[in-house]
Amino acid sequence: MVARANASHIGGALSMADLLAVLYSGVLNIRPEDPVWDSRDRFILSKGHSCTSLYATLALKKFFQIEELESYGKDGSRLMSHISHHVPGVEFSTGSLGHGLPFGCGKALAAKRSGKNWRTFVMLSDGELDEGSNWEAILFAPQHKLDNLVAIVDYNKIQSLGSVADVMELDPLADKFRAFRWGVKEIDGHDHSAIHEALSTLPFEPGKPSCLIAHTLKGKGVDFMENNLQWHYSSPKPDQLAEALRQLETEAN
Amino acid sequence: MRTAFIQELILQARKNPTIFLVVGDLGFSVVEPFAQEFPDRFLNAGVAEQNMTGVAAGLASEGYHVFTYSIANFPTLRCLEQIRNDVCYHSLPVTVVSVGAGMAYGNLGYSHHAVQDLAIMRTLPNITVFSPADPGETRECVQWLSLNPRPSYLRIGKAGEPDLHSVRGIFDGPLRVCEGRPDLAIVATGSVLKLALDFASEQAPEKRPTVFSIPLIKPLSLEFLEKLQSFKKIIALEEHVREGGLFAALCEVLSPTPHIKSISISEEMKNVVGSQDYLRNQAELKEMLNRA
Repeated sequence: MVARANASHIGGALSMADLLAVLYSGVLNIRPEDPVWDSRDRFILSKGHSCTSLYATLALKKFFQIEELESYGKDGSRLMSHISHHVPGVEFSTGSLGHGLPFGCGKALAAKRSGKNWRTFVMLSDGELDEGSNWEAILFAPQHKLDNLVAIVDYNKIQSLGSVADVMELDPLADKFRAFRWGVKEIDGHDHSAIHEALSTLPFEPGKPSCLIAHTLKGKGVDFMENNLQWHYSSPKPDQLAEALRQLETEAN
Repeated sequence: MRTAFIQELILQARKNPTIFLVVGDLGFSVVEPFAQEFPDRFLNAGVAEQNMTGVAAGLASEGYHVFTYSIANFPTLRCLEQIRNDVCYHSLPVTVVSVGAGMAYGNLGYSHHAVQDLAIMRTLPNITVFSPADPGETRECVQWLSLNPRPSYLRIGKAGEPDLHSVRGIFDGPLRVCEGRPDLAIVATGSVLKLALDFASEQAPEKRPTVFSIPLIKPLSLEFLEKLQSFKKIIALEEHVREGGLFAALCEVLSPTPHIKSISISEEMKNVVGSQDYLRNQAELKEMLNRA
């Protein structure tokens, strides 16, 4: 998709792919045939630039025809290069960072106030934790005991212009969330059983919102993309695409 | 006006179970009656307007009609992108309420003067913009919003403004609140309407302009403004900078005829402090009316 559209952001799409795979294979309570089913869990992608792996996930789950993925980023396509709520299964359009968690807090609060049991999951990037609006929301969620809210940080350690450590260090990130009164777990964000185990018992602590810090690799699964800032921007050339697909398919098999 | 707003919101909330009020840690001695009567539909989001607006959008996406409430530029400019993307782009029923229209919080200084808000809010997609002049107009706006939940902006004064007229029908076109000459009209938005009415009452009957109040700023159409088309000269009066507010909105729809003149706040007002009346004097709004 990224290569066809000559688009960017494959690195961040790959870093969260394992998280999406587990979320959509048994964690999220959803009905692809009824994307707006009242009791569904709400999943919000706040790092909207990484939308390709979510579009692909939704297509594989049959929220829409898989052939539509070919239109990604093309003239007239609804598959915008930042996640779009016009696509079945997508709750919220993002693209400007720092919007998903406040919105998720509103959804979680709505569920609380109306006595509903569904949960809200928000996928955040590490870079977007520079945004003040996220810290407003991180203060807000425990204040209102939003134990039906799960924030997942795709902690791949690389942001737009450099490493997180060099641009705006987040560590000790788990301690920060704990100090803000969240329940926190840290896992390898590519270990499917660890992801599943962490998300199978929610909330992490009673009466608190949950934060899953998933340590990931930007560009995971393709050796020349892994941990390489260039793949926040570059679009694979035909030979790179072939090699990337070969590596991913080998790994999958 | 803020008292009329909260009283009317309470009346509507008794009938409409979706109404939800979110405040940005402001509204002391105003919002308490709502909070007491509807604790499940009230939230103080703290001093965090971006999150407040995102939370409002989230609540609205689950069926509530959310009113966010704060002062001057805090619920608008401080969280403009949340209004643009989260509320307007998703067409969610959130009404942004700003108290302290224009220079209502005059002596609190420039940080508390809302004089660019109409221009900025008016350019957002899917939004309805109201700027009522008095408690009666405010009530009518809230009644309409309760029946028509949508992205919207309600710009109100603060406390103690008098009712200026009793003409109703905010969607029937500009409200004709003072009869006068058939060729000269003053069209005012917000509580500065009082200046136009005072000015008109001081004129001899043959010189008196016709005065309209216009609480609806967006959407405007030629059909909606039909009552104005017979006037040779129109003066747009607003407590807002010239750029992008009422004057601009009228020009966009009525241009090239008739002749429209702007009476508005100069950008140079930044360093002056004083009551709303003092600042209106400093802005020479009345002198401009005399010269017009």
